[in-house]
Amino acid sequence: MGAEFVMLSLVPILIGVLAAIACALPGNFLVLRRQALIGDAISHVVLPGIVVGFLLSGTVNSWAMMAGAAGAAVVAVLLIELIRRLGRIEPGAAMGVAFTAMFAFGVLLLEQSDTSSVHLDVQHALYGNLESLIWVEARGWESLFDPVALAGLPPELTRIAIVALLMLVFTVVFWRPLKIATFDEGFARVLGMRTNLIGLGLVIMAAIAAVAAFDAVGSIIVIAMFICPPAAARLMTNRLEAQVLWSVAFAVFSAVMGYVLAGYGPLWLGADDAVSAAGMIATVAGLVLALAAFYAPHRQSSGASRAT
Amino acid sequence: MLLEALTLQLGYNATLVAIGAALLGIAAGAAGTFLFLRKRALVSDAISHSTLPGVGLAFLVMASLGGDGRHLAGLMLGAALTAGAGLLCMHWLTRRTRLAEDAAIGAVLSVFFGFGVVLLTVIQTVSIGRPAGLTDFLLGATAGMLFGDAVLIAVAGALAVLAVWAMRRPMTLVAFDAGFAAATGIDVRRVDLAMMGLVMAVTIIGLKVVGLVLIVALLIIPPVAARFWSDRSDRVLGIAGVFGGLSGFIGAAISATAPALPTGPIIVLTAFTLFALSMLFAPGRGLLVGWLRHRRQQRRIHLRQGLLAIAQDLPIYERYTLNLLVRAGLARPDGVPTELGRWRAARACRDESRWAVARRMHSHEAIVSRYDGLRPIEVVLTEDEIREIDRQLAEVGEGCT
Repeated sequence: MGAEFVMLSLVPILIGVLAAIACALPGNFLVLRRQALIGDAISHVVLPGIVVGFLLSGTVNSWAMMAGAAGAAVVAVLLIELIRRLGRIEPGAAMGVAFTAMFAFGVLLLEQSDTSSVHLDVQHALYGNLESLIWVEARGWESLFDPVALAGLPPELTRIAIVALLMLVFTVVFWRPLKIATFDEGFARVLGMRTNLIGLGLVIMAAIAAVAAFDAVGSIIVIAMFICPPAAARLMTNRLEAQVLWSVAFAVFSAVMGYVLAGYGPLWLGADDAVSAAGMIATVAGLVLALAAFYAPHRQSSGASRAT
Repeated sequence: MLLEALTLQLGYNATLVAIGAALLGIAAGAAGTFLFLRKRALVSDAISHSTLPGVGLAFLVMASLGGDGRHLAGLMLGAALTAGAGLLCMHWLTRRTRLAEDAAIGAVLSVFFGFGVVLLTVIQTVSIGRPAGLTDFLLGATAGMLFGDAVLIAVAGALAVLAVWAMRRPMTLVAFDAGFAAATGIDVRRVDLAMMGLVMAVTIIGLKVVGLVLIVALLIIPPVAARFWSDRSDRVLGIAGVFGGLSGFIGAAISATAPALPTGPIIVLTAFTLFALSMLFAPGRGLLVGWLRHRRQQRRIHLRQGLLAIAQDLPIYERYTLNLLVRAGLARPDGVPTELGRWRAARACRDESRWAVARRMHSHEAIVSRYDGLRPIEVVLTEDEIREIDRQLAEVGEGCT
């Protein structure tokens, strides 16, 4: 665990962990509200937004691209609502129409524009580039206290840290309305809560988490982290407080374990190169969910008869 | 150039691709219709993403056996195996745990896809076979398509179309009313299985043409577009097939005209264009027709209210109502009613009074409860009934005559 680890692995692991937490926190409510696939939809539609942001600003200025991504997420939500309400189409199909079409548009834009000179391509969008987010200035653990070295930290780390903190604050501050609106929307309305506002807020928070995580780690982790840790946590407990804590624990475990397996696993097996960290993190998250589905104490719905 | 492409004059290979894409589109539109009607459109998302590890594994197996690893039929077989495994995982999660179907879909698609990406990076590092072009399966690429590939896709697409046609009846029944289907002796689980198998087959055929991320679009968009045109399931099925076929054909043709127009996205965007046109202009459920219907109703109500105001000698302040009256020749721009206007107003008023009486008569209760404030009473009641109403009107001596 020397200088090399700090330079090559510390920052990607931290980013992975923070991205996982940022997605898992809102993911808990999305899974409970049966909106789990919103994460999937959002992570697809940010692609055209990022490309448009790049084309308009002309640089790989991340803020422009993030603004584009956020704009695309809003357009997608509006488009889904439009198709659902005006076309009277069920939500799943409406979502499918909107996000696939927007993704196709994004791919077309990418192919049309000359973005090959910069690091902007579909593979990157899907897999992310966690491995490349190294901390070049680091000389060892002591660099953590060196302001000059700290200034050289990849900006993705700062961004995802801010977003993870934002998710934490959002979850804590709106805990009660979120909890009540998720479990009993009617009751929440009786209490005078603006339930549709809460729902919209949740989707917006999910979009922010997705965009920030997408920027750093690609869309696979985003979808996996929105769903797998909360779903596994759901099978562990009946209490929402415990579920959220479990989901964070699972998210952190998946991120660390996935990164280590991707980065060092092949070396242990005698291969030279690492495999995709994003893919491995998603795989580990899936294994965690599989274990939970087999052994977790509350894996079956309570009170349901299992005659078959 | 586009015309040549659309009329199949852009070379043998481009023609084959266009026909293959059209057949794929027909099969996808038709198979997707059942998914859509069964409210499971997004299951296709899980199926398509879980083909990726299969492609990787098949490549590894074929390459380690000494080939170049890119044999399309072999890759398709691998894709089918893991897509089936993904489908089983999804079913198992929904049936055996308390997770909802959407969580199961999301979990399967992200984990299988993630594992597929891991396999792709493994393939890049172990340097066996010729992995170039393997990532084409993500978004589809027809450029590198060999003659044999095109034939394979066309034949498989045709078979899928036939299969949809053969199974359309039981699948329609199950999609609309699984309980009724079971009662008539249909094995719902087997039909569901067949439906999923069909979707899986279409997905795998589509990998090379539109890629695994976008095949979902071809399964979802044509049925949703077709739904605007008809309420009858067999017609929705047919129209979805036509829309899918058109998207595949036109999309492939457009993309053949220029190298920077990737086939998959163009096909999807063609399908989306058909969807947008359907949503706007379809008769019945389309937005334009709905808007016109709304406007007409609005006009009728305003006109009626205007006439009733004239009958009671009330001034009309509302601009829209006044405009309508003027345009119909019932009033002058300053609000003074014309001869025709007075006559029509009297009729509207008499109609209104008759309705008021009818509302008090028990024999007409059922009819009157459906009164919408616009229909003339002559359309609803018989002459005798109206005479009776007029007699009562004269007795009380109220209303207009």
